Amino acid sequence: MTKNLRVKSSKFVDETYKIYFKFNGKTYHGYKGDTLASALLANDIHLVGRSFKYHRPRGIMTAGSEEPNAIVQLHKNTSRTEPNVRATEVEIYEGLEASSQNCWPSVNFDIGGINNFLSPILPAGFYYKTFMWPASFWKKYEYFIRKSAGLGKSPTEPDPDIYEHRYIHCDVLVIGAGISGIIAAKIAAKNGFKTVLVDEKPYLGGSTIYQNSEYFKINNQISSSWLDKEINEIKKIENLEIKTRTSVAAFHGYNFLLAREDLLDHLPFNQRNNKIRQRLLKIRSKKVINATGSLERPLIFDNNDRPGILLSSAINKYANLYGVACGKKNVLFTNNDSVYETAISLNSKGINVEAIIDNREEVDSKLIKETENNKIKVYKGYTVVNTSGYKRINKVTIMQLSKDGQKAIGSKISINCDCLGISGGWTPAVHLFTQSGGKLKFREEDQVFIPNKYSSDQISIGSCNGDFTIDEILLSVPKNIKQFLSIKKTDFENFQAHSSFNKSKRNIWLLPSDKNIGKTMPFVDFQNDATAKDIKLALREGFRSIEHVKRYTTTGMGTDQGKLGNMHALGIISETTGSKMGELGTTTFRPPYTPLTFGTIVGRNVGEYFDTFRKTPIHDWHVRNKAEFENVGQWKRAWYYPKSGESMHDAVQRESKAARDSAGILDASTLGKIDIQGTDASEFLNRVYTNAWSKLAIGKCRYGLMLNEDGMVYDDGVTTRLAENHYIMTTTTGGAATVLGKLEDYLQTEWPELDVYLTSVTDHYATVSVCGPNSKQIVSKVIPDLNFSNESFPHMSFKNAKIGKIKCRVMRISFTGEHSYEINVQASYGKSVWERCMEIGKEFNITPYGTETMHLLRAEKGFIIVGQDTDATMTPIDLQMDWIVSKKKYDFIGKRSLYRSDTIREDRKQLVGLLTEDPDEVLEEGAQIVADINKSPVEMLGHVTSSYYSPNLKKSIALGVVRGGKKMLGQKLIIPMENKKINITVADPVFLDKENKRLNA
Amino acid sequence: MFLINCPYCGEREQSEFKAGGEAHIVRPKQPTELSDDQWAEYLFMRKNIKGIQFERWIHIHGCRKWFNVARDTSNDVIKAVYKMGEKPPTN
Ligand SMILES: [Zn+2]
Repeated sequence: MTKNLRVKSSKFVDETYKIYFKFNGKTYHGYKGDTLASALLANDIHLVGRSFKYHRPRGIMTAGSEEPNAIVQLHKNTSRTEPNVRATEVEIYEGLEASSQNCWPSVNFDIGGINNFLSPILPAGFYYKTFMWPASFWKKYEYFIRKSAGLGKSPTEPDPDIYEHRYIHCDVLVIGAGISGIIAAKIAAKNGFKTVLVDEKPYLGGSTIYQNSEYFKINNQISSSWLDKEINEIKKIENLEIKTRTSVAAFHGYNFLLAREDLLDHLPFNQRNNKIRQRLLKIRSKKVINATGSLERPLIFDNNDRPGILLSSAINKYANLYGVACGKKNVLFTNNDSVYETAISLNSKGINVEAIIDNREEVDSKLIKETENNKIKVYKGYTVVNTSGYKRINKVTIMQLSKDGQKAIGSKISINCDCLGISGGWTPAVHLFTQSGGKLKFREEDQVFIPNKYSSDQISIGSCNGDFTIDEILLSVPKNIKQFLSIKKTDFENFQAHSSFNKSKRNIWLLPSDKNIGKTMPFVDFQNDATAKDIKLALREGFRSIEHVKRYTTTGMGTDQGKLGNMHALGIISETTGSKMGELGTTTFRPPYTPLTFGTIVGRNVGEYFDTFRKTPIHDWHVRNKAEFENVGQWKRAWYYPKSGESMHDAVQRESKAARDSAGILDASTLGKIDIQGTDASEFLNRVYTNAWSKLAIGKCRYGLMLNEDGMVYDDGVTTRLAENHYIMTTTTGGAATVLGKLEDYLQTEWPELDVYLTSVTDHYATVSVCGPNSKQIVSKVIPDLNFSNESFPHMSFKNAKIGKIKCRVMRISFTGEHSYEINVQASYGKSVWERCMEIGKEFNITPYGTETMHLLRAEKGFIIVGQDTDATMTPIDLQMDWIVSKKKYDFIGKRSLYRSDTIREDRKQLVGLLTEDPDEVLEEGAQIVADINKSPVEMLGHVTSSYYSPNLKKSIALGVVRGGKKMLGQKLIIPMENKKINITVADPVFLDKENKRLNA
Repeated sequence: MFLINCPYCGEREQSEFKAGGEAHIVRPKQPTELSDDQWAEYLFMRKNIKGIQFERWIHIHGCRKWFNVARDTSNDVIKAVYKMGEKPPTN
């Protein structure tokens, strides 16, 4: 039998609209307007989860986004599953399925509950101290910890929902639509500011909207009715955009904010198809008004975490907003006036309040009188020293407080109850304010941090600014907004607001108990199970900084970032160490304020839109011919072309052999191409490359190395002189953008006097490279009008030509060591030229090859790949490429660094060839090279950078960097692998055709 | 994410720009005349100021022009933006 705790109907919940949902497999019902939490409470369910460390039973504690305990998994084992959702924020819908987290096998019987009985030996830092030693045991501990602890489970299937990002630009953003936010938004919008008002809840009006009491009045109207009219009015204002279910996650500098707008989460699945689930709003607002409200503080006493213990304001909200009684026998415990508002509310709804325990001794206010008139027993000057009831509170034990508040005295009184409401006063919600860089100050009289210095054009108003009651709010908000927006007059002048609150408060961060603190469980951080004694232990062990105590005890490190307990942690540190709160400072609040889903963060950038990739004009041909692709920068490059049944190794061996035996063809369109023009183009190249350029004849090509100013190799490529003042430079595929950027940098900042213009033409040309002994035969048939004799068209030269009507640039250059040609044509003709070469090359077995074969062929020839055989520590001298460094040029980028004391060391790592003793043994790239394996510690001399089996040389070849390698030619070294040692010999890095016979053939 | 007022295009999002380190470090005209220490001073030594710092930025996804920015590193407030070759503002 389920119990029904629904009391008098509420206008916010539609009792004619029944909704069925499942919790832990069982079906319940609630009404439209309910949250999961309110619906569970109406069914008398408090126990929702288990705590993180001790697996203590935990219930719903709050009625908002600050909830630490009632976090659930939605739609377990489906693609729409979502972990760590606060039951207090989930609006119920037909078909909703929620389940408890952090319990196994079930929330009612949880193996981990044993930790609760072990708690005396599970203090703060226990995990650090125990499970970390001995290191080899960690694997065993980890298995059990992972199984029995941890919060929700991530989904394993792709997210079926759609998300998007949207930019919003406005004059004024108001965060929070409580009474302060509504007043502010109305003033701003009515004065012509383009205003946006956001609130995380589905309704407007904050906590005032259900404040139905004679004791809180504005202009002689009950505060909720007054606010209701204001809300109806602002909905009609044209330049005011109102967004509910919209939670601001991050407040960055320059008034840039991120917010999550929920559009579908309150609807059943059948109404969600093809609609956007959530939007990430990127808001740029000229001015920001923080009206984020405040959070009620719990009280810290022994066993303050049992199911059935809620914040007093939450009990009030459940009764007034949702029409739900949290218990039948309620007890309230407070250090301020707020619980009396709850008591009167409950009383008016016929919900029984057994007693109120007030730690203040001498207090008097209209609210207290009214409470006592209602025959509710008020224990003044008392404190709760303990509670009992494992899965639901059933009793509180109270004692008198000593005058100084340090001790519990007198005899114990027990009060039976099924619900305890607690109130430790209010904490301004300054999270977003501090995220933006704002600085807080501490207000001694009520022990709160309030905004002090703003980092941007913004203001905090209402209770997040420390003005907690409606009379204070109506006095301060219009005045502050007037000033903030430079307005002369508002609609809110001379308002009469009346609040019956007495502001007195007796703040005791850790309430005393009759027991030794070591025997108590006063929770400070409910989600992470950090207690006051953990904090004291951390202080005893020498931690002082709040940031250190936080990490050691894990206080404030849960998904709720300690919204409830952080202030108490600070207070306890302050009291224990005798330091002032204001001087301790707070921990840093980080975005997001409440968790964001990954879907919202990535928006539409999923699947093929996750990252952009670039295709060459010949890409489709590669796809049709079953190429495997490799990502190079953002390019998709053909890697190798396996024939049916071929492995990658087989394909690469075949391609490599064909290229040297007859002809190979490569799509080289991805190489970076920069068009360089201007009267100072030659001088410019002189300055950016290590070799000399002034004397390069028109129509000739030259290989160049580019260094950084620190002398290290940065990029390489062939540059061709097309005309007197016109060059075309090629760069590595990955380096194209950064090389252009670097060249532009020098031109704009160091050498603005040079007449040089740079244009990226990478995408404008397709490049088809044909190599091999038969390349001349093929290319001369593709371009019949061109003279291909060695005299007319030697290696390292260039010709303008035509294929039919198509203009092309042909370079006779080679990256393979073979006689070869690169045909550059306008990109749109790339594929047809490629196909022409394939057609004509058929009789020569022309073989398309990919990047892997290209790498193998150049390694046979000892050509480097920048970024593979070099890292940012290799000079041209280290690469044994002294020949490319001009001795005559006065200066070029990096020159001076080539003779720094460090770069002239002879024992630098230098590029060498490596040959294995066993010619079939292929080295692993990255493998370490050593000379003496018995030396301790083993001295690492270098590592393998490139390694292949060469089908043309019929042996394994490798390049590597070795300390002092230049002088080690012929020396034997060792590569120690996991199960073996490989003997190698240092060799010349050029393995094939050192005389360049093939190039010039 | 801050806003930068490109001297050529106007105010744009930070994501359109790229930072290029400390400004007003001039490449020595005659590097070969410098000692290792002097060259290292140019090459490696950079300031890391808390307060107003002069920096190079490029509008990389816009006009691709380099320019200088005076930024307060403690709060990211940009006090001034000025072109290459211009002197830093004094106030
Ligand atoms: Zn620009």
